[in-house]
Amino acid sequence: MNTTNVSRREFLQTSAGATAGLVIGFNFPSSNAQSKAPATAGIAAGNVGGTSEVNAWIHITPDNRVLVKFARSEMGQGTSTSLPMMVAEELECDWSRVEISEAMYSEHIKRNRLYVTTATGGSRGTRDSASVMLNAGATARAMLVQAAAARWSVPVSECVTANSIITHTPSKRTVTYGAVAEAASKLKAPEKVALKDPKDWKLVGKPIPRIDIPDKVVGKPMYGIDVVRPGMVHAAIAQCPVFGGKVKSIDAASLAAAKRMKGVADVLDMGEYVAVVGNNWWRCNQAVKSLKVTWDEGGNGNVSSESIKKYMQEGVAKPATLAKTTGDFAKAYADAPTKLEAEFYAPYLDHAPMEPMNCTAEVKDGFVTVWVPTQSAEAAAAAAARAANVAPDKVEVYRQQLGGGFGRRGAFQDFSRQAVEIAMKVNKPVKLLWSREEDIQHGHYRPATVARLQGALDKDGKLVALSARVGVQSILERVRPEALRKTESGPVDPMATSCFDDSPYAIPNLRTEHFYAKQHVPVGFWRAVAHSQNPVFRECFMDELAARAKRDPYQFRMDLLSGTADPVRRDRGVLEAVAKGADWSKPMPANHFRGIAVQDAYGSHAASVVEIEKLANGKLKIKRVVIAVDCGHVAHADAAKAQIEGCMIYALTAALYGEITIKNGRVEQSNFHDYPMMKISETPKIVSLLVPSGGFWGGMGEPPMAPLTPALLNAIFAATGKMHRSLPLSKEGVLFA
Amino acid sequence: MSTCEINGTRVDFKALNVEDEMPLLWALRDELNLPGTKYGCGIAQCGACTVHIDGEAVRSCVYPIGACNGKKIVTIEGLAATNGNKLTKIQEAWIKHQVPQCGYCQSGMILAAEKLLRDKPKPTDADIDAAMTNICRCSTYVRVRAAIHDVAGTTNTRA
Repeated sequence: MNTTNVSRREFLQTSAGATAGLVIGFNFPSSNAQSKAPATAGIAAGNVGGTSEVNAWIHITPDNRVLVKFARSEMGQGTSTSLPMMVAEELECDWSRVEISEAMYSEHIKRNRLYVTTATGGSRGTRDSASVMLNAGATARAMLVQAAAARWSVPVSECVTANSIITHTPSKRTVTYGAVAEAASKLKAPEKVALKDPKDWKLVGKPIPRIDIPDKVVGKPMYGIDVVRPGMVHAAIAQCPVFGGKVKSIDAASLAAAKRMKGVADVLDMGEYVAVVGNNWWRCNQAVKSLKVTWDEGGNGNVSSESIKKYMQEGVAKPATLAKTTGDFAKAYADAPTKLEAEFYAPYLDHAPMEPMNCTAEVKDGFVTVWVPTQSAEAAAAAAARAANVAPDKVEVYRQQLGGGFGRRGAFQDFSRQAVEIAMKVNKPVKLLWSREEDIQHGHYRPATVARLQGALDKDGKLVALSARVGVQSILERVRPEALRKTESGPVDPMATSCFDDSPYAIPNLRTEHFYAKQHVPVGFWRAVAHSQNPVFRECFMDELAARAKRDPYQFRMDLLSGTADPVRRDRGVLEAVAKGADWSKPMPANHFRGIAVQDAYGSHAASVVEIEKLANGKLKIKRVVIAVDCGHVAHADAAKAQIEGCMIYALTAALYGEITIKNGRVEQSNFHDYPMMKISETPKIVSLLVPSGGFWGGMGEPPMAPLTPALLNAIFAATGKMHRSLPLSKEGVLFA
Repeated sequence: MSTCEINGTRVDFKALNVEDEMPLLWALRDELNLPGTKYGCGIAQCGACTVHIDGEAVRSCVYPIGACNGKKIVTIEGLAATNGNKLTKIQEAWIKHQVPQCGYCQSGMILAAEKLLRDKPKPTDADIDAAMTNICRCSTYVRVRAAIHDVAGTTNTRA
């Protein structure tokens, strides 16, 4: 009925022989052979012609199409539009003829990390690419002009460019980029090129229609889950419910029955998990569910959320490993007339992207190919190479469109590893898909965290001492243990005490400690990472301190943001912007309350005001959210606002409902009925304020998350006088309308 | 006995050897190569698998093939064909308002919105709240609402 995948497959096969410099984006995730390029800007669709590689990022065809390499992952944040916009800005090319093309992992490796990185995380897609993309465009433009000038034997200075056409001003002669691209590609790249003044940008920052959207309204993009390969089998798995456990035995009768089930080709004991392969994923999953597996749970079958919380509470009740100290906290605290102490708790959280984890793998003649929705081609390749025991250059990665990432599809490529393992076992291409239940119960969770805070005010109500002792597992330990700070009393993960160590507030006596928690629950990079919970602790405590000092929470913060350093200045800027946007100086109507918070994160600065109404029945209604973000330069105004909208709901969902609990060593939640998500009916009004102060590139995918939850909790504090120091609010008995 | 019409083409699931118990979602995806309909939860919670069956918006992950007999089914791939091979007003509004982020849930979101406007051409915000129960982790909700109001010419009280 639909031959999309057949044609796509043919293209993939022919691609193997394509040479460097002739590589076109036939494998870009949202592309397929039948796709008609959207009018705004086409996506290359397999038309391999005499393209010239002007530089690593820019290939130009004789008919004047500009193909821009995209090395990051498109998971909805819009960088597959905004990064090519940067190239086009400096290249002065015709935007309607710009196409994106996947920067292949193999090229990246073969050519000495040509694309710098293929990772998409830490809100780095734009901020780490901007100067690279702008320079690539400017360099290519200079080479094209040089080639045209040489052809005409005129000085470069007499040539101007616009819309992919070079004009020799005195003679009015013109030539297209396409006509001189080949000559330009043979020139030596200039070492230094001048970039435009940001005030002259015509494309960058503008709300240009995103190039991935037209396909997304007709069901056309190829997500990982949609990959089809010749001779492929589907695979469904069940992993040991207790993390770190393995298969002990599979009941023989259930095994025999599963093997007889319709469409089942084989049932595999993979050590850590069982897999069923067959001709239809649902059939495989039915068979997996029918298996009676006895698990060797390892030593963690008794662990529970309660035991973990108690362990961390005990950890922060006594001195832990020192992370940072300024002044003399102990003395200042002892001497101060007003003291406040609080313990905060944030639970484990799962990412739950809409597309469950999956990967398609093929292993042939010592070469591994994976088609995977990944936030890092390099991480996927590393996992695949390890699983197949081959060198990293014996792997190719086709990044598919991601049905959400949020940090789950980056560093930890368990699904890529498993797909390769199963493919090797059955000696066929395998598409592994996790059920939603596997996805929620085998995440790499935002770590549960206990924070014990102490603060002291002087007689004028000024914050003079702050201590934060944070009990949390280390994520860094799992990915880059060498980056842990070693101290005499043990390691410190700098993320554990972030937001306190680098607090912008002028606090003369500050002390932070990390209780380096060890648990069997795997922890990972959940959207905003430590900036999803630490700002809650800091900014809610600030409101409690402000209340003690009988100060307005906005003014209390502003008084402490007195420094002139850039980060402090910018935090002040977003606070001012959000206060203005929310009319903070005006009183709220009856039964309406609001909270405010500020946090810098991932190179940007964000502040939020959340407004709530206390209804007659005691329930609360979130009425409006105002968010101000200073990300320096804005790459794409509309995509930036979409990120703010997305962060709002992602953060509020966690604040209201989000909690992964552990019982008997395993996750209790399994699907959206017990790990619920906010829906359209609960979505408040939002005012997104972009207040770029210029001069730097900050992140957008995570920073707006940071101030939201504390602003909400502070609003509830204003409404009820009670600070809810433990999340989610559903567990605190706070009901929302 | 499961013969139905999918996007205008007659499909005989018996001939395709598809059992009655299989949810329609997995017949669409793995038997008919119509991958635009997405798997999100398998328990009718998220709506990513929404299709139209005889004009109703149905969560195909829990709709068995055995119930498809004689039905007319439209998936995201076939939606434009129901509108003279042009994008529907909803699809156009989705582009105009730049609704999708990752896009994974949008097939279902669009088909739910189509059904809402067919039932209630002038929906209130309460109507939208009641009908649009699909989950979107990127949180495109603000724009989904704006796009629906734009097509209907109704007032967005949440903007």
